Amino acid sequence: MVQIKKNIGVETKSTSCGGTFLHPTPMLDELEKGPWPSFIVGIKELAERTRKPMLRGVLDQLEYSYQTKTGYWEGGLVTAYGYGSGVISRRSKIADKFPEAHEFHTLRVQPAPGLHYNTTMLRDLCDTWEKHGSGLIALHGQTGDIMLQGIEEAKVQECFDEINQAGWDLGGAGPAMRTSVSCVGPARCEHACYDTLQLHYKVMQHFAGDVHRPQYSYKFKFKFSGCPNDCTNAIFRSDLAVIGMWRDAIAMDTEAMQGWIQKNGVDFLVNTVINRCPTRVISLAEGMMVIDNANCVRCMHCINVITEALSPGRERGLAILLGGKNTLKVGAMGGTMIVPFFKMETDEDIAAFIRLSETMIEWWNDNSFDHERIGETIERVGLKQFLDGVGLDASIDMVSRPRSNPYYKSES
Amino acid sequence: MSSERTWKTIESGPYDYHNALHPVVKKNYGKWKYHELPRPGVLKHIAESGDVLFTVRAGTPRQDSVDLIRRICDIADTYADGYLRFTVRNNVEFMTPDEEKVELLIEALEKIGLPVGGIGPCVSNIAHTQGWLHCDIPATDASGVVKSIMDNLFEEFKNWYLPSKVRISTSCCAINCGGQADIAIVVKHTRPPRINHEVIANICELPKVVARCPVAAIRPTVVNGKPSLLVDNKKCMYCGACFGACPVMEINHPEHSKFGIWVGGKNSNARSKPALGCLVAQNLPNNPPRWPEVNEVVGRILNAYKKEGQPWERLGEWIDRVGWKHFFAATDLVFEKDMIDSYRHARTTFNQSAHVRF
Repeated sequence: MVQIKKNIGVETKSTSCGGTFLHPTPMLDELEKGPWPSFIVGIKELAERTRKPMLRGVLDQLEYSYQTKTGYWEGGLVTAYGYGSGVISRRSKIADKFPEAHEFHTLRVQPAPGLHYNTTMLRDLCDTWEKHGSGLIALHGQTGDIMLQGIEEAKVQECFDEINQAGWDLGGAGPAMRTSVSCVGPARCEHACYDTLQLHYKVMQHFAGDVHRPQYSYKFKFKFSGCPNDCTNAIFRSDLAVIGMWRDAIAMDTEAMQGWIQKNGVDFLVNTVINRCPTRVISLAEGMMVIDNANCVRCMHCINVITEALSPGRERGLAILLGGKNTLKVGAMGGTMIVPFFKMETDEDIAAFIRLSETMIEWWNDNSFDHERIGETIERVGLKQFLDGVGLDASIDMVSRPRSNPYYKSES
Repeated sequence: MSSERTWKTIESGPYDYHNALHPVVKKNYGKWKYHELPRPGVLKHIAESGDVLFTVRAGTPRQDSVDLIRRICDIADTYADGYLRFTVRNNVEFMTPDEEKVELLIEALEKIGLPVGGIGPCVSNIAHTQGWLHCDIPATDASGVVKSIMDNLFEEFKNWYLPSKVRISTSCCAINCGGQADIAIVVKHTRPPRINHEVIANICELPKVVARCPVAAIRPTVVNGKPSLLVDNKKCMYCGACFGACPVMEINHPEHSKFGIWVGGKNSNARSKPALGCLVAQNLPNNPPRWPEVNEVVGRILNAYKKEGQPWERLGEWIDRVGWKHFFAATDLVFEKDMIDSYRHARTTFNQSAHVRF
């Protein structure tokens, strides 16, 4: 059954008996039990050590939320100088009950592409944050920000100035370009078909102004995945999903392939690789695996199973899928394939990618309703109209099949 | 305040990643050949140069204190040359070229309470939202639900007991910030919003709220001589879109905000196309601090999949093979009338064929 264990190596002070800094939180205490690391243990330890009243207030309010099954934060407007986004305002709706939690604003901070860190930059960030704020950090928010949670409005500017001097910048919020996410990329993955970290870095530097000053119809997110495994969940989670792609044949190291078959057996090859190929393009010829690359849809499955012998081809680039989003307002949508292959090797390629992105964003801002994501605009206005608007040619790659209903206005 | 400022903001965008990369990563950047999974929680990458890099992955609570992050940095300094990275599912990764450090890393991580796992055919850490701790529109907590579920699935995170990877997400409102996943646990409201007519015209932009409704259930009205809004309760399907635009159209309710469970969502393109999750359980109570009813259903789904799924077959792909009828039988869940889609594109989910399983 459930094992009772504190999640940290150091002894935490008891919190439920008298004489300590914190007030009793019987429901939250239940979340100190069990083997998975407990955020409650962490917040309590931080509060006991730093004696920040704000943390005690937040725990008190959270306990009250657990008891009443109700949330008590309200949004508002807090910003850094010159910025219209990046700080998420949180004030308690029941500050009369929990005055110590009356302000608990968040700074959204853009991490390095690929979520790579060295310990110096992370320790410095912790020191700054403990000095000005609560010391509570979410790594990371669902859009990809470092979230420094819990600061008073009066301290926001000095805190931001200090982290900005250390090389950090705020992320997006509201109807703006949002913080981006990229996968581990060529830093540590053989599948990366383009440099996800570099493209993420350059694109978000280019759009920095649109991140900081909301001026779109609604939010716009880029996500950068190095291959169709889509480790950043770009297709469902971003307006413009950048997915690594290759155009030539899957690269096969025949010697390694033979070794793999010898080691794993033909049964495993047939049952787990060949039979799971979505377009059935793999066959066996004299015990060797043969791929009909013209009918391969670049799904990645065989490459994922046989990493030592198979890899994406050498003619690499990226694909662009447009319009992914979650539920609000018309229901969850996946991105639609708009550009099946875009070369991404030089600075000119990066510039061309940014130009194309800007054209799409501009079309969206010209044609969208308030609070409408680009996927919704395309669905409402029409994919054909979108293509005309941004000057792209139609391609069969954009659809699962040609139309089956006859209601349309012929252009010919 | 601004007159005292001496620093001029640099709109630098993302942090420069170049100094955040491990030296072995820098040297072999873009020149990796293949990888292996030597054991749960560990990756081994082999570069074209012959260099080898081990990665050890551990789960985190996501809501971290600076104390925990400093401990993580201590481990990175001692065993991983001062570098680390995070995954999009809130796992932390340490890299080292030295195989002997792998065991030491695992020991050090488990000593500070961070379980090693989440790679390969297992449950990874849960992608989740903020909930009562920090969100302004949540019907439930996020970190608490996640903690409760991961306590139960602790061994499933650390071991390779499952046919393929299982991604889980939780969301505290219908917006579903947690996203698509093999198992997605999402709040579903079951009552219309409650409007505070006294203050609404002072707080909300009424035409914007009207426009926000997906089913055009909101229209302007006058209440007690003041401009306000009227919700047609027959049309309203309790999504809460209006609440996001207008905080005095309260949608959350301690009893009537429930949980639904959606399965078969998938982000990767491997084998099958990316897929949206489908509703298989609803009206589960929002029951802090441990949410036992939600946990029980998640366990049932995982057990059935564990028993019947084939290697590399994701949860949704297993259901595609055995059929939804069998899924409901194998999990002992009940297909309810509400699980028939009634929104846009509903007919694309109807069985317009004579294909039936008996």
